[in-house]
Amino acid sequence: MSSYLGLWHYHACILLMMVGLFAVISRQHLVKKILGLTITQVSVIMFFVAMGKVRGGTAPILETMNHDAVARQAQDVVFSNPIPHVLMLTAIVVGVATNALALSFVVRIKESYGTAEEDEVLAADHAASVAESAKEHSLESEAT
Amino acid sequence: MFGLLSTWSDWATSLSTLSEHFPVLVVVVPMLSAPLCFLSRNGRAARGISFFALLSCLLMVIHLLGRVLDEGVVSYRLGGWPPPLGIEYRYDQINAFVALIVAFVATVVVPFGQNKKAFRVPAGRTNVIYAVYLLCTSGLLGMCVTGDLFNVYVFLEISSLSAYTLVAIGAERRAMMSAFSYLTMGTIGGLFFLIGIGMLYQMTGTLNIVDLSMRLYDVSSVRTLSVAFATLFVGVSIKLAVFPLHQWLPNAYTYAPPKVSAFLAATATKVAFYVMLRIIFTIFGRERSFEQMNLDRILLPLSIAAMFMGSIAAIYQTNIKRLLAFSSIAQIGYMTLGISLDSLTGLVGGIVHLFNHALMKGGLFLAVACILFRLGSVKIDDMRGIGRRMPWTMGAVVVLGLGLVGVPGTVGFVSKWYLVLGALERELYVVAFLTLVSSLLAVVYVWRLVEVAWFSDPKPGIRMAEVREAPLTMVVPVWALAAATIYFGIFTEHSAGVARLAAAQLFGGTP
Repeated sequence: MSSYLGLWHYHACILLMMVGLFAVISRQHLVKKILGLTITQVSVIMFFVAMGKVRGGTAPILETMNHDAVARQAQDVVFSNPIPHVLMLTAIVVGVATNALALSFVVRIKESYGTAEEDEVLAADHAASVAESAKEHSLESEAT
Repeated sequence: MFGLLSTWSDWATSLSTLSEHFPVLVVVVPMLSAPLCFLSRNGRAARGISFFALLSCLLMVIHLLGRVLDEGVVSYRLGGWPPPLGIEYRYDQINAFVALIVAFVATVVVPFGQNKKAFRVPAGRTNVIYAVYLLCTSGLLGMCVTGDLFNVYVFLEISSLSAYTLVAIGAERRAMMSAFSYLTMGTIGGLFFLIGIGMLYQMTGTLNIVDLSMRLYDVSSVRTLSVAFATLFVGVSIKLAVFPLHQWLPNAYTYAPPKVSAFLAATATKVAFYVMLRIIFTIFGRERSFEQMNLDRILLPLSIAAMFMGSIAAIYQTNIKRLLAFSSIAQIGYMTLGISLDSLTGLVGGIVHLFNHALMKGGLFLAVACILFRLGSVKIDDMRGIGRRMPWTMGAVVVLGLGLVGVPGTVGFVSKWYLVLGALERELYVVAFLTLVSSLLAVVYVWRLVEVAWFSDPKPGIRMAEVREAPLTMVVPVWALAAATIYFGIFTEHSAGVARLAAAQLFGGTP
């Protein structure tokens, strides 16, 4: 039991991720879907940050360039693992780019459909294709 | 005279020093040409820049593939940092082969003529398309050649983000909604991939693929490892459009501009397939994937379902691009079938099919671009009688379509031959039988195109007499790909030979 409680930060990440995925799946408004995606992204970022954290660890910065001093410092100071944190800088940039692109799609969709609700957009597409096939049908019957 | 000779030798030495850096230039050249295209403010100049950038890329990849086949693995240290600390670009048989396919298709698609109406981009700003296109190619090449797992993720996102943009510039307004759902699915796939990377890093403390595979030998905790395997697998499956995760693909390929569909169908899914091979065979290893994780029990039914569902859905389509998109899902099923057979012959079939499908689908989508250029429509119903007006284009469609069916003498036959042999080797007679039956379904949808093109009268309301053959700049690339499908169908030693080397290497050296 205690081992499960000790991993609470991972459970928080999982919870956050499920919240995000639920929003992506269940919301109809496209901006809300993007918010859901962002929450999912943040949960993964939190997962990596939690992974790199060492209890009592500090930022991994060497105070001097002296070899003996470095060795002494390495003995008594605990460092956090910087690599997952650095990786997440890249992932954050990717997330920003994804959000910007998705939002620009939503702007264009809103411009041409007049709505940003997914079901209304799909209904408009369906209506358009029905109208088109009806037009073709009438053309064909005229020709025959 | 003497001075000329010395400058020549200077040239030769500088080229040989430069060739040391080919492994990284393959990715850097298209990436740096993208901003040049953006700044050129002129569609024609951008087209020239991207053509020469990709051509030089193609030549470098050919050089590197030759070096790999002669000398073995080519490893390049970024910034001189030795792996596993630094990032390593690593060329071996399989990824040099996939990079060659990507560079080849990317180069062929650029000079291909285009219909201005196919893009929703303001006139005079078509250079932006080429900038995004180069970024996408650079991302796909980077995914192939990098030896660092996190780097794979970064390049995956570079290529995906530019692919969403390329889909969104399609002429119809539906293109944007399909790009949006592609983005949603693709981002979730990328995030699953990232979680898997995180778990592997937790277990081993390294991100270098070779180092990972060695350190994973000693890892005995199966639970984290199975979760990591599952998340990586699901992430890549979304990008690859493995059967139940394929929902984004038909719309994205249908509403994207036809050139883009040709490029994405021939490269993006292929690179995703390569990443899947890396995960299954290099990182986790054949034994762990198949004997501990029982991958074949999941992948085999899914592949067969994809083969049937894709082909059956293709039969009922009224839009030729949608037909080809569903056929792609079926063909991806054949590729994953090659993995799931867990036999060397089957894997050769999967890898050869990667190459063959890139040729066939690339050619078919380019032929669709020709039809759209002259006819202005991609509905199968509007294409009645087009065979007599555009004999070269439709002839190429038939040749490439026969390849999809797997008629002897085309590349499709080679891959299906290996797949069926692989199934028989594992004594999976039902699977071999189902592979053949699903090929018959391909006959149905290819025949539908033939019948419409040659054996029907033009539809009333379509002025078929005004339709002419597409210009030479469009027909020649299509026929180059069609001729390649026949060439590699008869002389199999190049494609299947390299695929056998690659498969043997992935499988652990024991042929």
